[in-house]
Amino acid sequence: MTSAIESIYTEFASQDDVVRVLKSDGSLDPRLDPGLSAEEAVYLYRHMLLTRLVDERLVTLQRQGRIGFHIGSLGEEATIIGSAFAMRKQDWLFPCYREFGAALLRGFPLQRYFDNMFGNANDPVKGRQMPDHYTCKEAHFGSVSSPIGTQITQAVGFAWAAKIQKHDVVVLSYFGEGATSSNEFHNGLNFAGVFRTPTVFFCRNNGWAISVPIERQTASRSFADKGEAYGVPGVRVDGNDIFAVIAVTREAVRRAAEGQGATLIEAITYRMGGHSTSDDPTRYRDKALLEPWSDRDPLGRLRGYLDRQGLFPEAEELKFRSEVDARLKEAVDVAEKTHAPALETLFDDVYASLPWHLEEQKAELLAGPRAPAPHH
Amino acid sequence: MPQMNMVQAINDALRIAMRKDERVVVLGEDVGKVGGVFRVTSGLFDEFGDSRVVDTPLSEGGIIGAAVGMALYGMVPVPEIQFSDFIWPAYDQIVSEVAKYRYRSGGEYTSKMVIRTPVGGGIRGGHYHSQHPEAQFIHVAGLKVVCPSNPYDAKGLLLASISDPDPVLFFEPKRVYRAAKGDVPEGEYTVPLESASVAREGQHVTVIAYGAMLYEAIDAAEKAAAQGVEAEVIDLRTLWPVDIETILTSVKKTGRLVIVHEAPKTCGFGSELLSLVCEKAFYHLEAPPVRVTGYDTPFPYTLEMEYLPLSHRILPALLETARAA
Repeated sequence: MTSAIESIYTEFASQDDVVRVLKSDGSLDPRLDPGLSAEEAVYLYRHMLLTRLVDERLVTLQRQGRIGFHIGSLGEEATIIGSAFAMRKQDWLFPCYREFGAALLRGFPLQRYFDNMFGNANDPVKGRQMPDHYTCKEAHFGSVSSPIGTQITQAVGFAWAAKIQKHDVVVLSYFGEGATSSNEFHNGLNFAGVFRTPTVFFCRNNGWAISVPIERQTASRSFADKGEAYGVPGVRVDGNDIFAVIAVTREAVRRAAEGQGATLIEAITYRMGGHSTSDDPTRYRDKALLEPWSDRDPLGRLRGYLDRQGLFPEAEELKFRSEVDARLKEAVDVAEKTHAPALETLFDDVYASLPWHLEEQKAELLAGPRAPAPHH
Repeated sequence: MPQMNMVQAINDALRIAMRKDERVVVLGEDVGKVGGVFRVTSGLFDEFGDSRVVDTPLSEGGIIGAAVGMALYGMVPVPEIQFSDFIWPAYDQIVSEVAKYRYRSGGEYTSKMVIRTPVGGGIRGGHYHSQHPEAQFIHVAGLKVVCPSNPYDAKGLLLASISDPDPVLFFEPKRVYRAAKGDVPEGEYTVPLESASVAREGQHVTVIAYGAMLYEAIDAAEKAAAQGVEAEVIDLRTLWPVDIETILTSVKKTGRLVIVHEAPKTCGFGSELLSLVCEKAFYHLEAPPVRVTGYDTPFPYTLEMEYLPLSHRILPALLETARAA
């Protein structure tokens, strides 16, 4: 049986194999229209805008020296919000490190996210990781790790466990196109293919792995093509078209939930900013490269659709922007005023309980002199 | 009470754990139909089926990465790495993920699993089937490391490891898989983690050993006794967190210490044991402590019996330490 993904793939072969739904005039291709209500379209736009406004605020805070680091998603909002929206409530997301928008959409409280950015006592990970390395089990959102690709095999194992227990759960793993060069990409797709796990591999192809362009990651025709070697169908989607991202992700979830196994989605987008606040893309990337992508801005494109439908007029957007501004200001104020994690928490959670050697080291720390630098 | 060898005792522990708790799953290379290359998982596939005893693709990184995901979902994976020499492709998952999940997620997620893997030389395995890499894992915050020497302890420690809330690396000394035999009670029992045992009592010198080298230490101790030196031999059983009290009690009694392990000397686990004894019992020492270990070379094939810290090398070290003024 030909799955819908395969027919999508065939049908759109004439358009460079890339699935698109949202046309340049703001109308939708009826063949793949995911059928969102007006409220849903506005809801998605608000979340994409929130994601962008949070990004802007965090970059400012980092430039002001108030937080140490931020890794953003400027230009990639549709890939993140669209894919997270397409997952069902019982499903899970295994993040890379650029998907805070997905976490917020799934219910990660904004205040907790800002607490993480400041590494304070209310940070869900207790100030133990860099900013943007958080966890939110309640939102069915995994744990952010810096090593590339490690979450891919974990998402497969998680989905496999759900399958063994006959639970209707699908797991989506995010990663960048750079991660397709990692061991874990190969391991994850191979295991998913062999054990037919209900996994969605969501590759955000944003063109760059820090300074290394896609030509240096692969000689394959596309990243989606790599699925074929593992018996995992691959599909390319216009990652700046949220309707297409939702349509393709929903189809991958349906396949997984019906026991047809994993899908590899390559969402083609563009990293409009640096890799992170620590990166200076002017050293390796010509600004002219950004111009065509500015015209394809995912927020602008969804805005075009909303305008055509007469939804969320400018006055409402301005009101929303000022509401977000106030929320962010408050979140920053609260996070900044919250004290650092207590000294003794340094030793918690290494093990379930404290072994003798950590008891000794904890006593040594508490009795010893304090470090001169202020805590973040 | 039934007599078992190590292979049978570990197999028995796995069967008991899997019967008791459906969340326990075994996965690895050749662990299913054939029952593992050492037959440790023999019969489990027939009893529990291929969703709980899983032959995986040939990828250690994939095995441990997938096991992490299973653990996050609430299962209790017991992955097997066929030889500990092949564990390195999974090192990133073990170090950066398995060991760190509880800490890095503020306690929200845990990656509880027991990684079983055969270790050690003296089996004509050459470099890639003989190494004893405990030090690289003891150094990693968040892991517990176990290495039994006999069937009774192997069963009891494995059951304790499976019910322990933390991830455990369970090293099985393959040289004595079948050679070490002993009484093993039927049914469930545990040997507590972090507890060493005194395998032989003595008052002149303390010898610390574990795994297959325990038998070499005991052999050397028996020979030393014929020359009037009574060695106390400690079997660590759990390497980390180590049972420091048992070590210190013995060293304070004897004032002399010999540490034996197969792994290379430099930055081997003996270095840490020796540092701990120096920090905590320096003024009780009456002679320089001695390490009898593998050499700082790759593990050799033809000359492996010269490389290993066998009884013939332990005995002179033990006598010299005991007799040093």
